Amino acid sequence: MEFAELIKTPRADNVVLHRPFEPAVEGTLCLTGHHLIFSSRRQDNAEELWLLHSNIDSIEKRFVGSLGTIVIKCKDLRIIQLDIPGMEECLNIASSIEALSTLDSVTLMYPFFYRPMFEIVEDGWSAFLPEKEFEFLNALTDEWRLTYINKDFSICPSYPPVVTVPKSIDDETLQKVAVFRHGGRFPVLSYYHKKNGMVMMRTSQPLTGTNGKRCKDDEKLINSTLGPGRRGYIIDTRSLSAAQQARAKGGGFEVEVYYPQWRRIHKSVERFNILQESLIKLVEACNDQSHNMDRWLSKLEASNWLTHVKEILTAGCLAAQCIDREDASVLVHGTEGTDSTLQITSLAQIILDPDCRTIRGFESLIVREWLQAGHPFQQRCAQSAYSNSKQKWEAPVFLLFLDCVWQMLHQFPCSFEFNEHFLVTLFEHAYASQFGTFLGNNENERSKLKLPQKTMSLWSWVNQPEELKNFKNPLFEANSLVIWPSVAPQSLQLWEGVFLRWNRPSKFLDEAQEEMRKIISDNRVLQEKLWDNSYFLSPFDWLPKEAVSYKLRSALCFCPIAG
Amino acid sequence: MEHIRMPKVENVRLLDRLSSRKAAVGTLYLTATHVIFVENGSETRKETWVLHSQISSIEKQATTATGCPLLIRCKNFQVIQLVIPQERDCHDVYISLIRLARPVKYEELYCFSFNPKLDKEEREKGWKLVNLSEEYNRMGIPNSYWQISDVNREYGVCDSYPTEVYVPKSATAHIIVGSSKFRSRRRFPALSYYCKDNNASICRSSQPLSGFSARCLEDEQMLQAIRKANPGSDFIYVVDTRPKLNAMANRAAGKGYENEDNYSNIKFQFIGIENIHVMRNSLQKMLEVCEMKSPSMSDFLWGLENSGWLKHIKAIMDAGIFIAKAVAEEGVSVLVHCSDGWDRTAQVCSVASLLLDPHYRTMKGFMVLIEKDWVSFGHKFNHRYGNLDGDPKEISPVIDQFIECVWQLMEQFPCAFEFNERFLIHIQHHIYSCQFGNFLCNSQKERRELKIQERTYSLWAHLWKNRADYLNPLYRPDHRQIWGTLHPQMAPCNFLYKFWSGMYNRFEKGLHPRQSVTDYLMAVKEETQQLEEELAVLGERLANLQKLQLNGNKVKSKQQDRSKELALSASSNSLANTPQEYSNDLKSFPSRSPSQGDEEDSALILTQDNLKSSDPDLSANSDQESGVEDLSCRSPSAGGCLPSEDSGKDSDEAVCLAV
Repeated sequence: MEFAELIKTPRADNVVLHRPFEPAVEGTLCLTGHHLIFSSRRQDNAEELWLLHSNIDSIEKRFVGSLGTIVIKCKDLRIIQLDIPGMEECLNIASSIEALSTLDSVTLMYPFFYRPMFEIVEDGWSAFLPEKEFEFLNALTDEWRLTYINKDFSICPSYPPVVTVPKSIDDETLQKVAVFRHGGRFPVLSYYHKKNGMVMMRTSQPLTGTNGKRCKDDEKLINSTLGPGRRGYIIDTRSLSAAQQARAKGGGFEVEVYYPQWRRIHKSVERFNILQESLIKLVEACNDQSHNMDRWLSKLEASNWLTHVKEILTAGCLAAQCIDREDASVLVHGTEGTDSTLQITSLAQIILDPDCRTIRGFESLIVREWLQAGHPFQQRCAQSAYSNSKQKWEAPVFLLFLDCVWQMLHQFPCSFEFNEHFLVTLFEHAYASQFGTFLGNNENERSKLKLPQKTMSLWSWVNQPEELKNFKNPLFEANSLVIWPSVAPQSLQLWEGVFLRWNRPSKFLDEAQEEMRKIISDNRVLQEKLWDNSYFLSPFDWLPKEAVSYKLRSALCFCPIAG
Repeated sequence: MEHIRMPKVENVRLLDRLSSRKAAVGTLYLTATHVIFVENGSETRKETWVLHSQISSIEKQATTATGCPLLIRCKNFQVIQLVIPQERDCHDVYISLIRLARPVKYEELYCFSFNPKLDKEEREKGWKLVNLSEEYNRMGIPNSYWQISDVNREYGVCDSYPTEVYVPKSATAHIIVGSSKFRSRRRFPALSYYCKDNNASICRSSQPLSGFSARCLEDEQMLQAIRKANPGSDFIYVVDTRPKLNAMANRAAGKGYENEDNYSNIKFQFIGIENIHVMRNSLQKMLEVCEMKSPSMSDFLWGLENSGWLKHIKAIMDAGIFIAKAVAEEGVSVLVHCSDGWDRTAQVCSVASLLLDPHYRTMKGFMVLIEKDWVSFGHKFNHRYGNLDGDPKEISPVIDQFIECVWQLMEQFPCAFEFNERFLIHIQHHIYSCQFGNFLCNSQKERRELKIQERTYSLWAHLWKNRADYLNPLYRPDHRQIWGTLHPQMAPCNFLYKFWSGMYNRFEKGLHPRQSVTDYLMAVKEETQQLEEELAVLGERLANLQKLQLNGNKVKSKQQDRSKELALSASSNSLANTPQEYSNDLKSFPSRSPSQGDEEDSALILTQDNLKSSDPDLSANSDQESGVEDLSCRSPSAGGCLPSEDSGKDSDEAVCLAV
């Protein structure tokens, strides 16, 4: 298919662009296969807007006389308005945008056409290989092994080719366990807690059905991860009644008689369309420009978004608490094990493992716990808050996870190497991107699409030094401790950086960010200067460089809590 | 002391509000000024001190098997739950506190016994720190339009106004006195803020006694004089901060509002801020939400909305924004009033001044602002904050709302204020504490009669002395050149009015961010300064060395010692961070290790309010007694970075590390 067929009017002049908090601009609008481009004609202050068609969530058109207006609502929640003179031009442009923003075939998406303008230092596609991760694990414990049982995706279509399983369990057993688990997602290792050797595993629901089917191999696998006399927790992300109902459809939950060392906790986390509706309501509330305080709070409440944030974060904390405080291993699953399960396993790791709070570590976490673990990004992120069509696969599961991370960043502003901008960027790219990272629903699809060969990885771009500096939190001081966030309603806030991003002027907050950077960099410059000077003064009269950062680290006291 | 029936009770339990599982056992003491709870056992002997004047209510609850619960709610939003073993003791404590918390004479208040060990001269200097006539001079007054009037000397015209009042030059004593007779409590229009760039001003008064049709020539002349004092504009705004319905109801009582037909060239405007009773109830409702035990998100948001608190904050802010816009953008003068002109008017005038003038966003300027719009113009501190036993219907969180408005602005303009959140919280604390004389009584007249300045100390001097604790590291004094007048966004979503947990859940540290950006940045800034000094010293030595070609002179900073010290304190922090109750299910799990309990206890040591030691009263409540030093290591003197002679012996060790 040629994109040109879809573009009836490639260009319109005298178009007026309206954006909130900025004066209207007149200019020229161009449509290309993947972009909507607007450029103002003024030479002095030429403004350009490049918008990916795939970022467009919905468009509305209306006419006053022959002046047409198109309102474009984007997946990153931005709303822009274009006034286009000429009814025919306007209709053509609207229908082209509609067609181009809803292309059926993945291979027509921009990542397959995008040619990077930067030099690739490190290929993001091969930056986080499971084998490399396993080396670290193997240095700590020899109880686990890599299995290639799924190398052709035949055992579990949503798993990657390589996963980590208990060493004592052979591939034959795994094969049997896979049959007993929803979608073949047999239990695999998600996280190993260095401090006490406890582990977190994830899986999907067991297929016990109404007659309480059991699987000896499944029991063997799960129990093998606990030493004799030790206990573990199974965190089921459904309510007890939902789990019971699942039996009617062939699903179910672990019966404690067969898993005597494990205790099951039901921690209900909402799914799919409930989350999607919540997002739609929240964004509606945020875009409501009325000046009425009352309605704002009730709309915020009615959206239930913060309730979901609290629920998910609490479940993540619970998993972390079991591991770190109760010295117990944890197995997490819901129904499919591709949504709420991943929210919880990844949040628990951020709480427990300081490495996950670095940029590199967080990227690795996303790759391991979301991309390789088979979160269906393409289905979940096909539409965002302005979607009209009710398709049942969309859900802001990943956005909710990012929101929970932001809540932690807000509560521990000095413990994360990355900043809010990094999280916002990940949100944007999950919904629309020039990079192939978030295309496809699992590794199986990605390998069929040959994404590593045909597209650029987001990480290749992010990890360039000059880009990386935009994502760095100037306040970061490595904090090796476990961080326990507060989940009280008073402590959780609306993520303004995403939900009010386009509805508020940001210059004062940007100014504050800039000031923070300046304070920190002034300090660093002097430290270096002092170091150089004192070194030069005498090789014996040196100042330990480390000494300085100790002071800062201690300034980062955890405020006392009454938990 | 005669009111203390029971000076000491042992085996009292202090319950943790967030987790009923945690309770500290200790001894409760009642003193003439404080309730003190001292924890038993642990070597740290954690203490909790509460000033009697902070107590807002005491509730004796039904006796249970474990004892008799006593709930003490404080005006600084601390809630203390005690369980006293014997019902009789509890009753005695209850009766004693009821009396102690409601003093009947000013002399019973803490400020008359509080002695910070300053001599007379220092005390007088402290009271002179904030000077209102200097402030009016700073605004450019007196000038050819405005003058100081002595019409109210000896409080002859209005006993709730200050003696020095600024009025338009063309307003004669006859006009002022005439106008005052036509205004509630004789609070005639007087200058609050003057913008010298465009001559526009903010004046304040009480409501006119207009009833349904009454007029007063002098009052009309007074408003005319205000307009004339701003030659650039041919009208003034008259802003009535009440809801229209309330103002109309007042007409039946012979009060009311200005009729546009009677006053030449005024534009009249209602801005509906509710009265003190509505505000009191609203706060009450919001505090109930704050006190809920593990509320759901919906409970919390619904309760917050239902309290209406943020709606009221927004109404006050909107009024301030309206006035600031009129003055800055239209160059039009504004007369503000409500009923008596001492509550809503004070809120609105001070918010508008704060938006207009960056001076009020500095630490000293903010003190001046409170002194100008609240203290001098007769805001009834004693009645509103219940310092002495009085009519509970007079109590209302009027200045609390203003302080919250400032906080909301700080959240939106992080670089615009010289001071930080702690500054606001401490001011709020001391408005109720009665530890300093600034906010005693209902008017300047009463304060002079009591000889407050001779008998008590000034809060401003105290705050100023400890100003390092109150600095906002992000403050940019050049803010005005860049952004001018602050224009907060009007829509609630654009300018998100947030719940202020730092204030209303001030004592629940577990709800706050665990790391403070402010403290961190202040520490960095301080260190930068030390580095600069060190660098200067090193530079000097370098120059000397190059001159003398000498290498034997040992220069080494104490930094290593410091680092050891700090590393130590850093390690003790690890205990402070403990998980909350994320699930009830976990309780029943049998395999809790015994060490768990110990760890949580030691964490509890840190759960006190670790306010800065700069506050004598507050620090009594802090960790100083328990030997836990201020964790943030903010004191520059502790570091001691200048090269010292005796530190040479460490250098061998240092070399090993270097190689």
